[in-house]
Amino acid sequence: MSTSKVASMHDAVADLVRNGDTVAIEGFTHLIGFSAGHEIIRQRKRDLVLARMTPDVIYDQMIAGGVARKLIFSWLGNPGVGGLNAIRRRIEPASLAPGQVPLEIEEYSHFGMVSRYTAGAAGLPFMPLRSYFETDLPKANPLIRPIRSPFSDETIYAVPPLNPDVTIIHAQRADASGNTQVWGLLGCQKEAAFAAERVIVVVEELVDEAVIRADPNRTIVPGLIVDAVVVDPYGAHPSYVQGAYDRDNRFYLDWDPISRDEAVLQQWLRDWVYDVPDRAAYVEKLGAERLATLKPGSAPSGSVDYGEYL
Amino acid sequence: MTDAVVAPGFSRSEMMIVAAARELAGQRVCFVGVGLPNIAVNLAKRTVAPDLELVYEAGVFGAQPARLPLSIGDPTIVTGATAVVSMFELFAFYLQRGLIDVGFLGAAQIDRFGNLNSTVIGPYDAPKTRLPGSGGACEIAINAKNVFVIMRQSARSFVKEIDFRTSPGNLGGAEQAEAIRKAGGWNGRGPSVVVTDLGIWHFDDTGEMRLDSLHPGATLDEVRATIAWEPKISEHLEATQAPTEEELRLVREELDPGGVYTK
Repeated sequence: MSTSKVASMHDAVADLVRNGDTVAIEGFTHLIGFSAGHEIIRQRKRDLVLARMTPDVIYDQMIAGGVARKLIFSWLGNPGVGGLNAIRRRIEPASLAPGQVPLEIEEYSHFGMVSRYTAGAAGLPFMPLRSYFETDLPKANPLIRPIRSPFSDETIYAVPPLNPDVTIIHAQRADASGNTQVWGLLGCQKEAAFAAERVIVVVEELVDEAVIRADPNRTIVPGLIVDAVVVDPYGAHPSYVQGAYDRDNRFYLDWDPISRDEAVLQQWLRDWVYDVPDRAAYVEKLGAERLATLKPGSAPSGSVDYGEYL
Repeated sequence: MTDAVVAPGFSRSEMMIVAAARELAGQRVCFVGVGLPNIAVNLAKRTVAPDLELVYEAGVFGAQPARLPLSIGDPTIVTGATAVVSMFELFAFYLQRGLIDVGFLGAAQIDRFGNLNSTVIGPYDAPKTRLPGSGGACEIAINAKNVFVIMRQSARSFVKEIDFRTSPGNLGGAEQAEAIRKAGGWNGRGPSVVVTDLGIWHFDDTGEMRLDSLHPGATLDEVRATIAWEPKISEHLEATQAPTEEELRLVREELDPGGVYTK
């Protein structure tokens, strides 16, 4: 029998995220765990190594909140809008505040990052890939290395495994023991979760085990590797959850002017993170009217028949 | 800026998008990027290439977006798609295996051989401007069979030497590039076209960009003023056909009704 892993976001982050950890909050545009990121800021975690393919606004906020010493990534931008200003200020020497330590960076391509998680999830010492030839990326990052095939004369590139101390993923639903189901863009959450030492799953909805068992093909992560299940409706806002709420593009656009000015950004963190106890309060502050604009129409899948075999 | 409306009533960005879409005629599987490529590819699917399969790096094959999204991972690319796959599958099975005919790339800097920089302006360790970086661009440049580049021309972008090579083009020339691609088993044949707000460039036998078509309203003086090397101009330079009413209607009413990318 499995016991319930349901926890509050406060307790999950307090118990499972430790100063100095390598933390991956994965989810490619879709299902970005903003509520978890905000809790890490609120608990003033320090010296984290943050890994994410696309750091996105969530890591811009976390790095502005002072939680990180290093960033591992493959695309550093606010999609369709521009740069991530808080992170840029920690990378460009001319923008650094006096005495401020630059953010350490370790940079890959998208395929390099998913390959790192895949190697980590599979327990392998590296993952080979046909990329990086004739680019400056291996010079910028000595962990991208050429490797000779043991079966031919070919030389390709390899990247090392990435095994986060903690991976946090957001999902549509899970049961109390952490069996987790996702639909829509899958990103690299499965790989990042299997690669991690500890896994926190944040869901829109807690469901009965029977709901999971009725559609096992949709399970991306089994409870076996999950340490905590947090139920946080709207926890991915301003990112989105397929079928539940749309991406809040207005927020992504608004973030650009907010993040250009460090003082304005810090005020935003006070208003929306430090002075807000949890996601429920954030949602209330955001207001029903704003959320109503994010409600998609309906496009249900057909159902399939798994068959009964007695 | 070069975005002034030129006669008869379309902007240079609209001309650029329409020209890029027309280049997709006859292509089958296209890897779509955010912004301008997204509009161009969706326009092509509605005009010259109805059978085009749209592939998004977020993990979608056969997308049928009902709206033009701000981000490349918008939920509209999922609903109604042929397949949603993990990003490892997308990059490994679709791109690395050689199923992608065209990859669309933009960049902050390009050189005469089509090598691209989207990583950094200035030294890598002490950047003047930190840019987004590769994302999937580096492996798209290597493994998409053809690379289409879409970029606005300016002397800051069309440079003699790029500050960082994020995505390989024709390296130092066609001969060298061909030998290296063969040795490395790349699926890609390199860049095949650069569509700008002023014209259409293809690559000649030496692997260098050559202006083959000039957009209406653009001049060769403008082309030379927005490029940091002495550009090759085709002896048979053509005039790009202006956007048709239908192309403009699709761009303005269906693909970018807010004019975010096309004003």
